[in-house]
Amino acid sequence: MIRILVALFLCIASAAPVFAVNPDEVLADPALEARARAISAELRCMVCQNQSIDDSNAELAKDLRLLVRERLKNGDTDEAVIAYVVSRYGEFVLLKPRFEAKTLVLWGMPVVLLVLGAVTLVVAARRRRTRPAGSPLSDDEKEKLDKLLRS
Amino acid sequence: MIIELGHYALVLALATALIQSVLPLVGVRRGDRALVELAGSAAIVSFLLVTFSFAVLTFAYVTSDFSVRNVWENSHSLKPLIYKISGVWGNHEGSMLLWLLILAFFSALVASFGRNLPETLKANVLAVQAWIAAAFTLFILLTSNPFARLVPAPGEGRDLNPVLQDIGLAIHPPLLYLGYVGFSVCFSFAIAALIEGRIDAAWARWVRPWALAAWTCLTAGIAMGSYWAYYELGWGGWWFWDPVENASFMPWLAGTALLHSALVMEKREALKIWTVLLAILTFSLSLLGTFLVRSGVLTSVHAFATDPTRGVFILAILVVFIGGALSLFAFRASHLKSGGLFAPISREGALVLNNLILTTATATVLTGTLYPLVLEALTGDKISVGAPFFNMTFGLLMLPLLFAVPFGPLLAWKRGDLAAAAQRLFVAVGAGLLFAAAVYYARNGGPVLAVLGIGLGVYLILGSITDVALRSGFGGVAGAVAFRRFLGLPRSAFGTALAHVGLGVTLIGIVAVTAYETETVVEMKPGMLVDAGGYSLRFDGMRQGRGPNYTEDTGHFTVSRGGVKVTEIWSSKRLYSARRMPTTEAGIRTFGLSQLYVSLGDEITGGGIVVRIWWKPLILCIWGGALVMMAAGIVSLSDRRLRVGAPSRATKTARLVAGAAE
Repeated sequence: MIRILVALFLCIASAAPVFAVNPDEVLADPALEARARAISAELRCMVCQNQSIDDSNAELAKDLRLLVRERLKNGDTDEAVIAYVVSRYGEFVLLKPRFEAKTLVLWGMPVVLLVLGAVTLVVAARRRRTRPAGSPLSDDEKEKLDKLLRS
Repeated sequence: MIIELGHYALVLALATALIQSVLPLVGVRRGDRALVELAGSAAIVSFLLVTFSFAVLTFAYVTSDFSVRNVWENSHSLKPLIYKISGVWGNHEGSMLLWLLILAFFSALVASFGRNLPETLKANVLAVQAWIAAAFTLFILLTSNPFARLVPAPGEGRDLNPVLQDIGLAIHPPLLYLGYVGFSVCFSFAIAALIEGRIDAAWARWVRPWALAAWTCLTAGIAMGSYWAYYELGWGGWWFWDPVENASFMPWLAGTALLHSALVMEKREALKIWTVLLAILTFSLSLLGTFLVRSGVLTSVHAFATDPTRGVFILAILVVFIGGALSLFAFRASHLKSGGLFAPISREGALVLNNLILTTATATVLTGTLYPLVLEALTGDKISVGAPFFNMTFGLLMLPLLFAVPFGPLLAWKRGDLAAAAQRLFVAVGAGLLFAAAVYYARNGGPVLAVLGIGLGVYLILGSITDVALRSGFGGVAGAVAFRRFLGLPRSAFGTALAHVGLGVTLIGIVAVTAYETETVVEMKPGMLVDAGGYSLRFDGMRQGRGPNYTEDTGHFTVSRGGVKVTEIWSSKRLYSARRMPTTEAGIRTFGLSQLYVSLGDEITGGGIVVRIWWKPLILCIWGGALVMMAAGIVSLSDRRLRVGAPSRATKTARLVAGAAE
């Protein structure tokens, strides 16, 4: 609900509804256009709340979409286009942050939790299996037992 | 005058909540029956007071009393009646009041239908519910008073945000809150158990109907919200991994885990400590969601900092309740004895795997949602975490779980036979692969992952039915016998099968739309044709119109197939007069389970207009699956075993709650 509000306030505050990708932006080469769309979905519209430039109808998003297509037409690879956009706008534009020191926890969390959880479970299962057998007798107890048995 | 009465009722509700939160606990300690029994009556009085207060606010909206600031800010005298009513919770103050109302509603349900609960447990549960109620009543009274007056009263209101003027707003928030807040009962049960230091299988049996009811409502609320965003926003997207969506999705994931672990606890007395922790965590995530949505912290950290009163208040509630609950848990958990043993390959083992993956998924969504906020607060670095991140991590986590789902019900408790289960799933696996091959062939290739995804969905559906089919003996015994056995199966078996079938249906919808939707963006002039999904759309022209509080431009399209007219589509752009705010009303037509989605853009010189046309194959499966899951929840709630041995009225309660979900 709020998402809808925010999206509207930030992205179409004054203008009439416009589309994200407009017909005049579309590249003639379908393969290139498909790549442009895929790249656009990974880049954030920076004045919007959680929208990719592919979804957004803000002016800035349009500029970025054109920029992406411009670079593609010049023969850049997908990685090169993204690297170029990041170099101009910073990492904030990436909707999927890169794996590096400051995103270590973000990317590591699922793996660490899964492994930790699995290990805990295995350990707990092992312990449960051994526990019914009871703890081994201490030396003291063994002595007492021996005495009892001998007498 | 009536407005002030509503305000006063809320103050009285606070007083009642304070009484309810202390005296029953004292009563339990001292063995004073009068004080113990006070809890129930206080809960009902509290509910009546909050209901009155809510009714007063609704009355102010219906009569367009603009001397109330909240009404002036969010309503308009020309608005249709239904939106005047739903406008009550279409804003911060009103939605918090709704939150409180539903909390009071659940407390009253526990009070009136929990007669078979041990008295002390019930008193403790109601006291904990009252702590939450007191905190939120105080929050409303101190920072978000919906009854504040304006002098002099303005003549006309500022209208509700046009996007919210939709049937979606009337249904979505109440359902979502029924789910969110419903988990408070599980939380209170957990805290009460920790206070008493005693917990057994009966506890799980008492908690499960509440968890089921809350889960069913939350499922409905999320699905409803998703469909609302889909048709209202005009982009054709149905899930955006937006922080606000995540806020409701996390309690759902944790709640799903809770349902499964409570099952183990009820049947086998195992996983006690874990289940209590999950009950606490699920509601904590609901509280966190409330904080994220209500404090404005998501819009930007700075907006939060400029007016922090509300945010800090909810944050305080969050810290006290979650911190307090977890500390209590840390102190008391060791007192709870763990029960039944089981081998890794067993029904319990499968449910533990479910919990492991669902909890990890919840944590992943939580980290992804909060990471940008925390990182910026700590280091000043700004990063974004959006759909591509969540799709990748969440998708990878879900894959093994989806594959494992049909195995669960086929494994025996304590010690299961994986090979035997796999053998029984042979048909489902084979059908899944065959179906995938058929799709691959029909589509002349296509993305392999998508084809496999659809195969996985088919396997899930058939695999989930396998358990029910085998237990009734279809194929083994005579049809009539099998059918009789089928009818005799416990309802919960159907619930399980249905819920998993729903999951499969949703999966198929998601995969089909993601992989096979087509999108056309074109400038259209009257008479022009565009093909989509085997249909041909002709643009016939634009027409202007007026609604009660908006003007609109509507585009008319004729849909035909093979030269024969099938249907028509109207798609429009509206301008709401009070706020000068534009919205799109997408034109949507359903064909079987698929939809054509037409949305209008800018007009271009020379009489044309930019049009965006999507073909969304099998998209209705996404929400259809959710409907099946809801039905599963309701079927499970009606299981006799939730009545026998446990509160005989529990199901009645459950049915009431489930009824509210429909």
